[in-house]
Amino acid sequence: MKKQKLITLKNFIFIVFIFFIAISFSIDYDLGENIGHHFKDYLLQMLIILPPIFILIGLFEVWVKKETIIKHLGEEAGFKSYVWVFILAAPMAGGLLPSFPIAYSLYRKGARLSVILVFLGAVGVGRIPMIFFESTFLGWKFSFIRIVASIPMVIIAGIALGKYLEKKQYKLPENQ
Amino acid sequence: MYFIYIITGISLLISFISSPQKTKKALKIGAKKIGKIAPTFLAILIVISIILSIVPNELIIQYLGKNNSYLGVFIASLIGSTTIIPGPISYPLAGILAKQGVSYSVIAAFTSSLMLVGVLTYPAEKKYFGKQFAILRNLLSFIIALLIAFVFSFIKIDLS
Repeated sequence: MKKQKLITLKNFIFIVFIFFIAISFSIDYDLGENIGHHFKDYLLQMLIILPPIFILIGLFEVWVKKETIIKHLGEEAGFKSYVWVFILAAPMAGGLLPSFPIAYSLYRKGARLSVILVFLGAVGVGRIPMIFFESTFLGWKFSFIRIVASIPMVIIAGIALGKYLEKKQYKLPENQ
Repeated sequence: MYFIYIITGISLLISFISSPQKTKKALKIGAKKIGKIAPTFLAILIVISIILSIVPNELIIQYLGKNNSYLGVFIASLIGSTTIIPGPISYPLAGILAKQGVSYSVIAAFTSSLMLVGVLTYPAEKKYFGKQFAILRNLLSFIIALLIAFVFSFIKIDLS
């Protein structure tokens, strides 16, 4: 019941937003037009990135065996798991948002909490497309120092938070 | 960007040759999942586009350019945490800051928090991982951004 209401509220906000943009364009309201342009850019970016990611998630759920994920990313898998998720994160496009459903699916297939936390951290610090931009504009020395500094921090923080949450028997929401 | 399409295309093809039924099921799962999160993503996009329009890049440059101290690092982390700026825009922006003489620790705080912390993406993160996970992960990531900036404050060599 509550959930149904929330969805209607979101739809309502969306309709109001579209109206606002449409009116802004018809009366040449600068700020509104600007918001509209930004929205279009981001929406396009998401429309380009999300479909292939969700297709891959679907294929992953159907084809990859739970035992495989448990073996490499599960409770007993050890430190190698973190190397795997850094490799997985490296080619990621689109930042944090598209990486959430990927991390969620990994968890559902048996990856431990600290591994998906390190994965999210790796998306933040170790994506190759971003490193390319970074070193172009800030120099490769900057990138090198930042990467060397952030990789251990992300791993340590992920392990610590993962351990803490596991101790509290933390469970992720079902069925997303 | 093309990379992910190539990977997806090849994976789909191999999957389809191996089992059309399973592939159909995979596509159904993907569609269902995307449908579930779409309203949340859409809401986030609306908020991002409003914030980015109210706070233009010039304003960010102005703010970050003013403070080179610890306060500057903190402000830079706050700005990075509460905005979403895509890499093709944020790194040239950071390059401009560097040329203006803004310290590398301020710049590192800004770019790191931008990539690691997501206040605006919190609604989606909460939906997937729950409240506590999302809050603690973002808090820790904020601290990591500050620590990365701290590392840069020790580096005296010329980075450019």
